[in-house]
Amino acid sequence: MNLKQLASKEERFVSGHRLCPGCAAPIIVRLTLKAIKQAVVVATATGCLEVSSTIFPYTSWRVPWIHNAFENAAATISGVEACYRALKRQGKIRKEIKFVAFGGDGGTYDIGLQSLSGALERGHDFLYVCYDNEAYMNTGIQRSSATPMGAWTNTSQVGSAQLGKKEHMKDLTSIVAAHNIPYVAQATPANYLDLMRKVEKGVSIKGPAFINVLSPCPRGWRFPHNKTIKIAQLAVDTCFWPLYEVENGVYKINFDPGKNKKPIREWILSQGRYKHLWKNRGFIREIQEFVDRRWERLKQLSSMG
Amino acid sequence: MKKKSWKSIPEGGIITTPGNSLKFKTGDWKTHYPEWNKEKCIQCLRCHFLCPEGAIKVKNGKVVGIDLDYCKGCGICADECPVKAIVMKKVGENGSD
Amino acid sequence: MGVIKKAMTGADAAAEAMRQINPDVVAAYPITPQTPIMHRFAQFVAEGKVKTEFVTVESEHSAMSACVGAATAGGRVMTATSANGLALMFEIVYIAASNRLPIVMNVVNRALSGPINIHCDHSDSMACRDSGWIQLYSENAEEVYENNLIAIKLAERVNMPVMVCQDGFITSHSVESMRVLDDASVRRFIGQYKPKHYLLDVEHPITSGPFDFYDYYFEHKRQQIEAMTKVIPAFYEIVDELGKLMGKHYETVEEYYLADAEFVVVSLNSTAGTVKHTVDELRKQGKRVGALKIRLFRPFPREDIAKYLRGKKAVAVLDRAATFGHVAPLYHEIRSALYEFPDKPRVVSYIYGLGGRDVNLGHITKVFNELESGTAQEENYLGVRDEDEP
Repeated sequence: MNLKQLASKEERFVSGHRLCPGCAAPIIVRLTLKAIKQAVVVATATGCLEVSSTIFPYTSWRVPWIHNAFENAAATISGVEACYRALKRQGKIRKEIKFVAFGGDGGTYDIGLQSLSGALERGHDFLYVCYDNEAYMNTGIQRSSATPMGAWTNTSQVGSAQLGKKEHMKDLTSIVAAHNIPYVAQATPANYLDLMRKVEKGVSIKGPAFINVLSPCPRGWRFPHNKTIKIAQLAVDTCFWPLYEVENGVYKINFDPGKNKKPIREWILSQGRYKHLWKNRGFIREIQEFVDRRWERLKQLSSMG
Repeated sequence: MKKKSWKSIPEGGIITTPGNSLKFKTGDWKTHYPEWNKEKCIQCLRCHFLCPEGAIKVKNGKVVGIDLDYCKGCGICADECPVKAIVMKKVGENGSD
Repeated sequence: MGVIKKAMTGADAAAEAMRQINPDVVAAYPITPQTPIMHRFAQFVAEGKVKTEFVTVESEHSAMSACVGAATAGGRVMTATSANGLALMFEIVYIAASNRLPIVMNVVNRALSGPINIHCDHSDSMACRDSGWIQLYSENAEEVYENNLIAIKLAERVNMPVMVCQDGFITSHSVESMRVLDDASVRRFIGQYKPKHYLLDVEHPITSGPFDFYDYYFEHKRQQIEAMTKVIPAFYEIVDELGKLMGKHYETVEEYYLADAEFVVVSLNSTAGTVKHTVDELRKQGKRVGALKIRLFRPFPREDIAKYLRGKKAVAVLDRAATFGHVAPLYHEIRSALYEFPDKPRVVSYIYGLGGRDVNLGHITKVFNELESGTAQEENYLGVRDEDEP
């Protein structure tokens, strides 16, 4: 990958979109589209990204783009891709085209999980990128199954009877990996080279690929909007969000902080959504144990390869 | 943009002018703006890849400036610059927008 | 070649039309009584008789979602469903229409849950009457076949999706003698599909399905309302062409002995056959009775309907669906179509056949008798048990 060339490429997702300052979603979209050399058609689930980038009569997309509904980005792109195969077979289209779907965690972990699972099982040739901001941000910060334990949201409030979300987040990357598709990965925008390399790999492999990208949200996570990248990096350094990939069933950790693994306390202290836990050692310990358990399991899986 | 009637918009709600959000300037959202120091810049391009707006302009592999018409002033570029070649300034100071 | 006689079920007739249309993409999910359409079509796929990408999705919601994707991509797209399946895809049914996608869907009419029931009524397609889809209803297997051919051409002419309805089991599973066209004639009739804007035209990128605020939503809806006014003229152009091939005359509605009829029964789908048979029997007794079958229900051909019903003594509208809290849908619309005319007949409603309850010659004879004797109420029920069995 040549950074200078990638940076000089014409943007496929342009300025004038109305996502919040410091939002990670447009960074993820820009990086994804930069990393794809071929013609590309994009589907997007209802959510922040969709409503903010296509306010009629404006669009930030310079590539063919489709939004259908909230829960069906995967089914929609599977229809597009099926049509491509049909028209290509008939000789009506000759060009090589790649297919990408973007969905937030609500549209991917929750309401769109069935649609995603179906499209993965059917083996459509597409890349699904989940921009995971760990809650329903577009509707005003409600908890999703991607919201981590302890986080405040408008539907996992903080009070004398409850300290934010009571449950741990769903491990969607593992659920997707269990579909035995050719390529699954976790990434963040902070590690942009890693992300672009994963996108390049995801679209070059025949069949479905999935990348779960952590997408820090200044508004919903309660942090200053210049810290988006720092927080994404902290997720990697604490092993809250390890960078790894599963290629044809083989696990590979892309970054192991080793002895420099940071305590989860730093992650928690970086965001106002955890404010009620900042001095709660018991809770922090519980989350640390959860993170450690998952990290150890991931190390085991990657050593088996 | 002047609003069109139902008779002249494309059928089915599609938009046939790709990337026309460039006509929608988001630059007036910001309270702080980034100031780029060309001399200090080591051309690592980190700011370009990490800008949510795509406002860090690159030509022939080099940063050439920041498009304040779209910059919302998030400050990621300044925070991520390894050599502090970008600093955030308050809008209205030094006569800048 | 030309017209060929065959024995087919309604489901097979739909699948045969689909084979001849040879769509680029079919996305579908199993549900009774639609399944035999997809069984037959899957066989065509397996035998290489179609060039279709057959996407066997994991739900009807994804079926219609994939259809929207494929149609936006630029393909000729078809699907089929029934009842709860249609209800599950309801959200995307509206999106397909507002995105002006020429998708054709066979709806094998079945009662909506609950209670769950697999047999025929029209509650499923009636629930979609405001969705922006064109709706064609079919009396028998031959009409299922014809309506599919009309639908694909009409959809692509006006950029709107079309539902082709047929009665679950009654039509879908009964073998009838019917006529089809040869493959070449169908190919010529439907022609090539060339969309103006499509997603796979990567040289001319479109943004499909953007977000509308209050400053544009109304304009998009107004445009959709206007588009519906183009459907009936396009329908006539298309059926005139088909009529020449099939040796038949088609209208948005079919009149039966209406020239001198005084009492008329209006119906949809297979019941129209029962009504026509009853008219034959009563005509033998010298009764001045007739029938009107609605073939095109959306857009509602109110001018054609008024033309045939004005000046009649009394009209009974049969509805195989109920509207809870108001009168039944077809009745409601027929009355509305006649409202402005001073020579409008008395119009009464009969709800019948819900959840597959049988309707026969005796029932329809009773309706005509009640029309003639003036004993029909405004709202009547045909075949429901008002008392416990002794």
